[in-house]
Amino acid sequence: MGTLIEEIFSRKAGRPVQAGEILLLDVDYIMSHDNTTPLAIKAFRDIGKPIYDKSRIVLHLDHAYPAPNVLAAENHKKIIEFVREQGLPHFYHQGVCHQVMIEEGYVTPGAVVIGADSHSNTYGAMGAFGAGLGSTEIAVAWVTGKCWFKVPETIRIELTGKAQSGVYAKDVMIYIAGMMGMDGGTYRSVEFGGDYIESLPMNERIVFPNMSTEIGAKCGLIAADDVTINYLETQTPAKGPFEKIVPVNPRYERVIQIDVSSLAPQVSCHPDVDHVKPLEEVVGLEVHEVYIGTCTNARYEDIEIVANMLKGKKVNPFTRVIVTPASERIYRKAMKNGLIEILLEAGCTVTGTGCGACIGRHGGILAAGERALTTMNRNFIGRMGSPQAEIYLASPATAAATALAGKIADPRELL
Amino acid sequence: MGKAWTFEDNLNTDEIIPGRFNITIDPLELAKNVFCEIKPDYAKNVKPGDVIVGGQNFGCGSSREHAPIAIKGSQAKCVIAASYARIFFRNAVNIGLPILECPEAAADIKEGNDVDVNLATGEIFNRTNGRQYQARPLPQFVLKIAEAGGIVNFLKEHDIQELMA
Ligand code: SF4
Repeated sequence: MGTLIEEIFSRKAGRPVQAGEILLLDVDYIMSHDNTTPLAIKAFRDIGKPIYDKSRIVLHLDHAYPAPNVLAAENHKKIIEFVREQGLPHFYHQGVCHQVMIEEGYVTPGAVVIGADSHSNTYGAMGAFGAGLGSTEIAVAWVTGKCWFKVPETIRIELTGKAQSGVYAKDVMIYIAGMMGMDGGTYRSVEFGGDYIESLPMNERIVFPNMSTEIGAKCGLIAADDVTINYLETQTPAKGPFEKIVPVNPRYERVIQIDVSSLAPQVSCHPDVDHVKPLEEVVGLEVHEVYIGTCTNARYEDIEIVANMLKGKKVNPFTRVIVTPASERIYRKAMKNGLIEILLEAGCTVTGTGCGACIGRHGGILAAGERALTTMNRNFIGRMGSPQAEIYLASPATAAATALAGKIADPRELL
Repeated sequence: MGKAWTFEDNLNTDEIIPGRFNITIDPLELAKNVFCEIKPDYAKNVKPGDVIVGGQNFGCGSSREHAPIAIKGSQAKCVIAASYARIFFRNAVNIGLPILECPEAAADIKEGNDVDVNLATGEIFNRTNGRQYQARPLPQFVLKIAEAGGIVNFLKEHDIQELMA
């Protein structure tokens, strides 16, 4: 009996657990990437014990791949040598780690998946527990198969109503970030539910747990339902049967009710994710780069929205419009269905997959004094390059409208 | 017994140790620059057993482990704060830096106060003003990790199951 996180942890622990307890749990998968794996390898050598179960380790090269500089190249070399030395079976460079984890079926309802990346919360979209940890803990999990957790209290966000045309999950989540603030969910499990969430396809649902990191949450969860299970069965190699774990007589610390039906598109403005304004208030601001990418909004459906809006048109010639598909699977489908052709025709630059410009390593770095509008999840100062650049966060539709105008624009006029 | 060094709410990991020093993970090296921008005299004058006293959301910002490593390397006995940022809390536990949560002590202790801390019971005694505060005692497993000098060292000698035993 309990909240979704208490139910998930109770199954793992084999007994009923409650918020506040500390548990040592078996983890199903341990994720790390090119930024965080080298430190984990160092901690692993320090511990000096063998890997507990190689099949639970999943490594990705995505943060700076292919290597844009010598340091990144050295990191990749170190990781590849480690994969070969240890004979690790799950190694990818096919896109952003979190997207590939979901596509390849590592994330299933009730699973405990930890990652050396703060957006490992993303896995909550499948009804799994996902959380970000430091590199040392990743090494500890490699050799023990376990990790300690404090069962968190839960904030329930109940979303109801039908969003207007031009308003997407991203707008709703940005609105939530503005309302709750960057520490509004600290230590908490944030449970997203209600008829609005239930009506969404997986690609839209993923945005909420992904950005629960931005409000400080330990995890962001959506209970698995028919949509989740259908996605797993038809889109991933994961093998069922899958259990629909749901909250049972939950005791929430707080319940927040939001009716999405009157919501307009939203933008997170420079320099904080919780510096949120309705789109109307920032329309017209000049933009030098539009970046459509990342684990938040570069799935097939996001690229499709953008391509539909840009079809037969040209983007502003003085605005760099960069599209980085989140994974190769997405890239291929977009190519097969002619979306890449449409984007290139319209004047976009389409890059290889991965994190791309998200952390300012390559693929669209900003100069001082420039402003970007992007589909990313955070706009920390300096994240995309120069600390004198500004980053605005919005939905793929707002990004497409902005790409055409060269300044922040409202997609509702084009839909 | 140790001297208190006090800090503001929302102290972030860059204020604990600026990113440019994070090229090493050697605790003693990091300790040379800990708090260098906000409390430049700390690194020179800190004595083993001194305590760090912070406010709300101590250690927010990046997930890097350098911040608690730098504090631990400076020989401070523990951190007392009103609350901690989540990843800092985990990292501190794992590298063996004891951290106590006690809003009353965090609000009351002044820079330079003489403070005694019993980590096992969570009792904090301020010798300067004679007041006593009670933090939640640290869970057993946290003390075990701290005693071993961090989770990496703990695992060299023990099985992880022994943490919860
Ligand atoms: S796309 Fe950006 S937010 Fe997502 S994992 Fe990569 S760097 Fe992190």
